Amino acid sequence: MATSKNKGYFGKALKRVEDPRLIKGLATYVDDLKFPGMLHAAVLRSPHAHAKILGVKTESAKALPGVIGVYTAADVNPTCGLLPCASPMPDQKAPKHTVLAGDRVYYVGHPVAIVLATDRYIARDALDLIEADYEPLPVVVDPEKALDKDSPLTHPDLGTNVSFTWSVANGDLDGAFQQADRVIKQRMVHQRLIPMAIEPRGCVASYHPGEGTLTLWTSTQIPHLVRTLLPGMVGVPENKIRVVAPEVGGGFGSKLNLYVEEALCCHLSMRLRTPVKWIESRRENAAATIHGRDQVGEYEVAVKNDGAVLAIKSRTIADIGSYLQLLTPAIPTLTGLMLTGCYKIKAMRMDVIGVYTHKMSTDAYRGAGRPEATYVIERVMDLVAAELGLDPIKVRLKNFPKPTEFPFNTATGLTYDSGNYQGALKKAQQIAPWDDLVRWREKARQEGRLFGVGVSTYVEICALGPSKMMASGGWEWGCVRMEISGKVSVITGATPHGQGQETSFAQIIADKLGVPIEDIVVFRGDTSVAHYGRDTYGSRATALGGTALIMSAEKVIEKARRLAAHLLGAKTKDVLFRDGKFFAKGKPKKSVGWGLLAQEAYVAKNLPPNFEPGLEASSFFEPKNCTYPFGTHIVAAEIDRDTGEVQIIKYVAVDDCGHQVNPLLVEGQVQGGIAHSLGQALFERAVYDENGQLLTGEFMDYALARAKDIPDYVMDSTVTPSPSNPMGIKGCGEAGTIGATPAIANAVLDALAPLGIRHLDLPLTPEKIWRAINNSKPSKSK
Amino acid sequence: MIPASFDYFRPQSLEEAIGLLNQHGEEAKVLAGGHSLVPAMKLRLAQPKVVIDIGRISDLNYIREQDGKIAIGAMTTHHAIETSGLLREKCPLLTELAPQIGDVQVRNRGTIGGSLVHADPAADWPAAILALDAELDVVGPNGSRSIHVKKFFVDLFQTALQPNQILREIRVPATPRSVAYVKFAQRASGFAIAGVAVVVHAASQTVSVGVTGVAAKPYRANAVEKSLEGQPLTAESITHASKRAASRIDPLNDIHASAEYRAHLARVNTRRALQIAASRI
Repeated sequence: MATSKNKGYFGKALKRVEDPRLIKGLATYVDDLKFPGMLHAAVLRSPHAHAKILGVKTESAKALPGVIGVYTAADVNPTCGLLPCASPMPDQKAPKHTVLAGDRVYYVGHPVAIVLATDRYIARDALDLIEADYEPLPVVVDPEKALDKDSPLTHPDLGTNVSFTWSVANGDLDGAFQQADRVIKQRMVHQRLIPMAIEPRGCVASYHPGEGTLTLWTSTQIPHLVRTLLPGMVGVPENKIRVVAPEVGGGFGSKLNLYVEEALCCHLSMRLRTPVKWIESRRENAAATIHGRDQVGEYEVAVKNDGAVLAIKSRTIADIGSYLQLLTPAIPTLTGLMLTGCYKIKAMRMDVIGVYTHKMSTDAYRGAGRPEATYVIERVMDLVAAELGLDPIKVRLKNFPKPTEFPFNTATGLTYDSGNYQGALKKAQQIAPWDDLVRWREKARQEGRLFGVGVSTYVEICALGPSKMMASGGWEWGCVRMEISGKVSVITGATPHGQGQETSFAQIIADKLGVPIEDIVVFRGDTSVAHYGRDTYGSRATALGGTALIMSAEKVIEKARRLAAHLLGAKTKDVLFRDGKFFAKGKPKKSVGWGLLAQEAYVAKNLPPNFEPGLEASSFFEPKNCTYPFGTHIVAAEIDRDTGEVQIIKYVAVDDCGHQVNPLLVEGQVQGGIAHSLGQALFERAVYDENGQLLTGEFMDYALARAKDIPDYVMDSTVTPSPSNPMGIKGCGEAGTIGATPAIANAVLDALAPLGIRHLDLPLTPEKIWRAINNSKPSKSK
Repeated sequence: MIPASFDYFRPQSLEEAIGLLNQHGEEAKVLAGGHSLVPAMKLRLAQPKVVIDIGRISDLNYIREQDGKIAIGAMTTHHAIETSGLLREKCPLLTELAPQIGDVQVRNRGTIGGSLVHADPAADWPAAILALDAELDVVGPNGSRSIHVKKFFVDLFQTALQPNQILREIRVPATPRSVAYVKFAQRASGFAIAGVAVVVHAASQTVSVGVTGVAAKPYRANAVEKSLEGQPLTAESITHASKRAASRIDPLNDIHASAEYRAHLARVNTRRALQIAASRI
């Protein structure tokens, strides 16, 4: 399907057309929007993790000059709908998620009141004048303690802290554990992370009282889903709502949601008939935008002495925080579905308990459940190797399916589309080169240094997905329009917001239509322009959105072929299309191009009979399966014995995301993903104290990876096309976040192995490593 | 992140600034590079009614030799110190430390005087300023006085500076090349969890050791200095002495480092800084 590799744009590492405006500061973010009469909102948030609201006095705030209104639960909750969760569980118990806290607050950052003022400074000042009176109540922050009988309840009216349970199981688990030569157990904690997009959330809502229409500009990954969900909250029908995602400064899943502030701004704009803007502060972003990960699991594997893994089982507690956001319950289910990783493990079981605590909700954060699965299974493979005295690479090879076994059905019920796990592993080993790293390690160990080599072979699930798997459609939509001038407008419903599809989609369509890439503009992120769409998450935009565009381009070509035949005086079936030109078979010199065809199509004075004017087509692409990118990451790391600091000595990543439209974009995505992994592996964590206060609420305390933390990456790829879509694309947005964390962890723990240290939970901070070294009893086996 | 409202003054001279400070008293805050004050104001941890911006007072920004010492104007940026040829030649401890502060943007705006006056217990400069036995000139309505650095830092975010005084100048001695600054940084903020500045005076067989980040205020590691007085600097003597780097100190304890780990890092970095400085004799 991929157009010719030698010429054309597909496969070329073109620089992004998005970048000049971003680099020059000429891009339009939500906060750049200004409208006449626009009011500014500020949200009063709970300083308590759990408290009864005894009263909220707003008189002094209302008296501040410039304040237009102060609204509490009593003012807005009766007229605003509840915040929806799109992935409910059958046995779920859920609190009513009102836009403002009712008589209680359930987490630090819980919205209690909202102020509208003529400027944002006054709005902020007014917050300090609201007198909210609270009676603090018992707090639970630890999800395991939340299951104790005498634990305080997050939502006392639910009578339990258990939100839902979910299981996935297949194969003869008991038989596998009976047959096992050995059973290896490990508890693992997946720490809570804060996505921390550099642009916090923000929105402007504008209601047109005459038309009864509502426009919401919001920093979101999912304008189409927001448009689908908003009517239930604000009472405006979907066809009178326009949602625009202007430039979005990072999402990573944190903007794959509908938030109460969006509904509140819409509601207040309708109520006051004037535009309302709200811009989140960094502190609010840390406290009141969704968090990620936060699972605790006990994992058990049944293995044979030759390293064959027969079965894996787990009981996992997912800390979901205080409320169910859009996809909260779905995240740990993705962990379960991917738990067997890239291995032929015939029996598995995972039982998930979703637990409420007095913290911010967890939801999709880059990888969304799959990083937890990959981390578990890749740590397990190293534990198996260590316990059995086998080479960790050989243990992996022992359990891989062969390339000929694809499509490969997993015990979890998925069908991996295509794969060559051995190929990626072998390439990474050669590039590293693995044998050299092992030699360095042996030399370092002889010198008493702590040097380790780690590997992770991952598979993940992308291009979500067939509609049967999704809450409300897993298809994607796209439109290709040849304008009268011969310029091409490409409209995607996939809502890329920084991933680079303004460039890669133009590459795809330029090749398909045979036009210069400069003649193409890609439109996205506006529901009035891209009428349908299911937006960007789960690395789906290129594989699904790109295919919808290819389908549309093909329809445009077929329509143009008829018109060309008419103009050439030939039969349609005899007209060939090559390099942007149509000509009759055998007569390539007499051709018509897009310029003339577009003009004729719209001027419409010389059309074939029954030919509709215009040259545009749109398509929905419904995939038959997801895609399953994979790869191997290899890391060498050295630990400073005195301080416990980790230094990455070598980083090798070989990723297979199928065919690559633009390798530069792939590289950028993988690099960014590894940076997130590096943070998760070595220093990032959200910390709540026992009172539910967030101690890592800003960049002074929350350690994101910085440029200077990033090692030199050696990056390469293998290409195993996906059969799930015609271009053979798999997706690469989360690969780095999924594959890298366990590779780094495995390298660090390999370095510590001579000290008899078997496992440490992430993040592997210097102090944690230093303590482990101090408490260690060197083993003689290594 | 929006600060509370405040009145803003931009005096053209030190006298005018002190006049304003004297007039507004505790309600006023002096704005230098703004890299501590402005974040605190945005979080509303600081809500001064009056901000006096001394950024346009030109005679506070200099690095020059003066009576055998090097005088640094309080408004000199970290970047200016980092790139100063005079300091690189005469007081290399400062040019070694400066690039370890924050990032380029912070170093371009933040000033040495602002940092010292703010007295963040994890700031970098105090370690070096202590190890160098610097003199600090402060000016108030009743004229100027000189404070030895040992008397300058009082407690967490507290200095000997009176509310109506402004730090004008820091004076440091020329030193030999045998100096070093070794820092273990907090991952998120970049501030020091343990930063140790060392000056080895080979001629007098003494060392000066300043430590920041470990305790509520920066300190001289007197026990280390005493242990090495008149001693040759060998691996053994350094290791032995460094064990005292946190003696009689009550280390800070927070989510970024426990008290025990901080004290340990003070010892490790003291050893490392002494080894590096000794290697430069």
